[in-house]
Amino acid sequence: MIEIEGITKRYDTTTVVDDVSMVIEPRTIAVIVGTSGSGKTTLLRMINRLVEPTAGIIKLDGADNRSVPGYELRRSIGYAIQGHGLFPHRTVAQNIATVPVLLGWGKDRIQARVDELMTLYQLDPKEFGPRYPHELSGGQQQRVGVARALAAEPNVLLMDEPFGALDPIIRTKAQEDLLAIQKRFGTTIILVTHDMEEAVHMGDKIAVMDAGKLVQYAKPAEILANPASSFVETLVGASERPFRLLSLGRVRDAVEIGAAEGEAIPGDASQRDALAELLWTGRPALPVKGADGKPLGRVTVDGLIKRAARPA
Amino acid sequence: MPDGPTGEGVNIRFDKLGVVIAAIAAYAAFLAPFATFRANRIVPGQARSILEALPATAGPLLMAIVIVAALIALFRTPLMLRLAASVVALAALALLVGVAGTFLTPAGNTFARVSPASGFWILVFAFTLLLADVLTRLSLSPRDRVAVLVAAAVAIGLLLVSGAWNDLSILKEYANRADSFWAEGSKHVTLALGSLLAAVVVGLPLGILCHRVQRLRAGVLNVLNIIQTIPSIALFGLLIAPLGWVATHVPGAAALGIRGIGTAPAFVALFLYSLLPVVANTVVGLAGVPRAANDAARGMGMTDRQRLFGVEFPLAFPVILTGIRIVLVQNIGLATIAALIGGGGFGVFVFQGVGQTAMDLVLLGAVPTVALAFAAAIILDAVIEMTATKRRVETA
Repeated sequence: MIEIEGITKRYDTTTVVDDVSMVIEPRTIAVIVGTSGSGKTTLLRMINRLVEPTAGIIKLDGADNRSVPGYELRRSIGYAIQGHGLFPHRTVAQNIATVPVLLGWGKDRIQARVDELMTLYQLDPKEFGPRYPHELSGGQQQRVGVARALAAEPNVLLMDEPFGALDPIIRTKAQEDLLAIQKRFGTTIILVTHDMEEAVHMGDKIAVMDAGKLVQYAKPAEILANPASSFVETLVGASERPFRLLSLGRVRDAVEIGAAEGEAIPGDASQRDALAELLWTGRPALPVKGADGKPLGRVTVDGLIKRAARPA
Repeated sequence: MPDGPTGEGVNIRFDKLGVVIAAIAAYAAFLAPFATFRANRIVPGQARSILEALPATAGPLLMAIVIVAALIALFRTPLMLRLAASVVALAALALLVGVAGTFLTPAGNTFARVSPASGFWILVFAFTLLLADVLTRLSLSPRDRVAVLVAAAVAIGLLLVSGAWNDLSILKEYANRADSFWAEGSKHVTLALGSLLAAVVVGLPLGILCHRVQRLRAGVLNVLNIIQTIPSIALFGLLIAPLGWVATHVPGAAALGIRGIGTAPAFVALFLYSLLPVVANTVVGLAGVPRAANDAARGMGMTDRQRLFGVEFPLAFPVILTGIRIVLVQNIGLATIAALIGGGGFGVFVFQGVGQTAMDLVLLGAVPTVALAFAAAIILDAVIEMTATKRRVETA
């Protein structure tokens, strides 16, 4: 659990982060969204004390984050940034081993962890381990960057626009990978982005920041349904709201009894994808199948449209 | 080989650089003197062409070799043929200039001096240019370049030891000064390397400090820039008073050899000149470390020192090494001036030679200096390339 209490950061006369308080539950993903200059990156960097706050306290699992030296604190927290920040003079394996080496792990343990993470990220340790970062594609570099951040099995992972430099297709894949790994390790993730789409897709809760202030901190559906201010409403994008709302739900939750013609859609797919498929093919209903391939029922255009309406 | 018979005649194509090389070689072989003969070491000399300077068979042979090698250079020919031509021409020149020395010196005459003349030097230049061009086009690995350098050094060493050049004036000057040559040589190298070492020991931390403390940077670099613009002789003069004061007032300083003139001011001057390249390249190198890598290093919990030695320094290393290369080559040349204030080094022969109008003595000081600087440049270039290849920073 991360408790942020009354955190403020001032540079001379400019207040970059203004009295922000929020609690991030363990094993969840909190996404901080805002325009550039909203203070979201500064807030993130105060959690691992890359930036020291002017006022306020940040507690990690109940302990003040100033109770240990900054560099020791940072070794216990994962950190991944835009443009990955890999060390160009070190091999992929050496890059991933950075924090374990700092922590003084044994050679075999480091090797085993590096191999585990690389395999997890679909990079063959034998093939990619000895390579240098410039010999990898952008997507591979990004994966190595996240693997490096996770190397010392941190409970908390801070990510500053980690997918910002990726093209849309690789970005979607990277987001799915991160969600899968978060489920597997139960890591608490705080992710900074300016992309509302990403925030709604990734976040258990979304924190919206504007001019240093925390404007709203709530579940995605709540942010979409009841934006706290006109700023949040603009950020959400009025024309995108219904579709973003649908993208939060799974098809299996919108299933109605009945049958329909044509190719079945998996129950895991998002309701937004189902609606898109219905609109594109001009059909009123689609059959739905479970993970085992058994039919579950159908989704209808009318049913989905009701779900896309503003919740009461 | 031509691409094939075309019926329209042979397809002859010129090599651009080869045209220049052939023109230079033709001028040197036919118009310039190959060797100079003098009755003693300070009277004006008489020019001798290739055919006059060499015995009946050797003269025409050298002419033939030069003409064939120049023709190979002139046309577009295979690289290996050009390589062979340049090596054969240079080897023939090196061997036969020694033969000319023996041939032109009257038997039993120890006063007569025979030295290579402009034609010889120009031919050496022309075929070295050809060799350098071939080696560049072969794009040798750093290791191979050093190997070529070692091979050339060994070949020259063998020629020196074999006595093939013993009748040339520069080696006669050497024979008279063999002991002091090596003493001054080691002093020269000590001055150049010692001041470099001192500059690295002081300049690296200073560069790191300038990188970390923004406000220091402009001040330090400006002061070093101003030092760089002080002429060396003026700097020696400026150092006499303070070093003289140190020698008389600091106990033990005089015992260490610190005096107003001599090695100490030469060392200090070379050290001061060396600081700017070392400090400036350290600052530039550290500034070139990718921001993201630095941020990640901090974010993952490296201490400042771990970040400096683990990330910043290795990434800045090739740039810093470039600065050290500049300093080393510059110092080997500049150390010649040290002789002016009794600091020793190869400059001793240069200034003695100038004083006696004995050009051979000047060459005895100048040739090893140039050779040392050249070798240092090649070796350090190779080292820089070797360290840079693995540390290449992506441009994305």
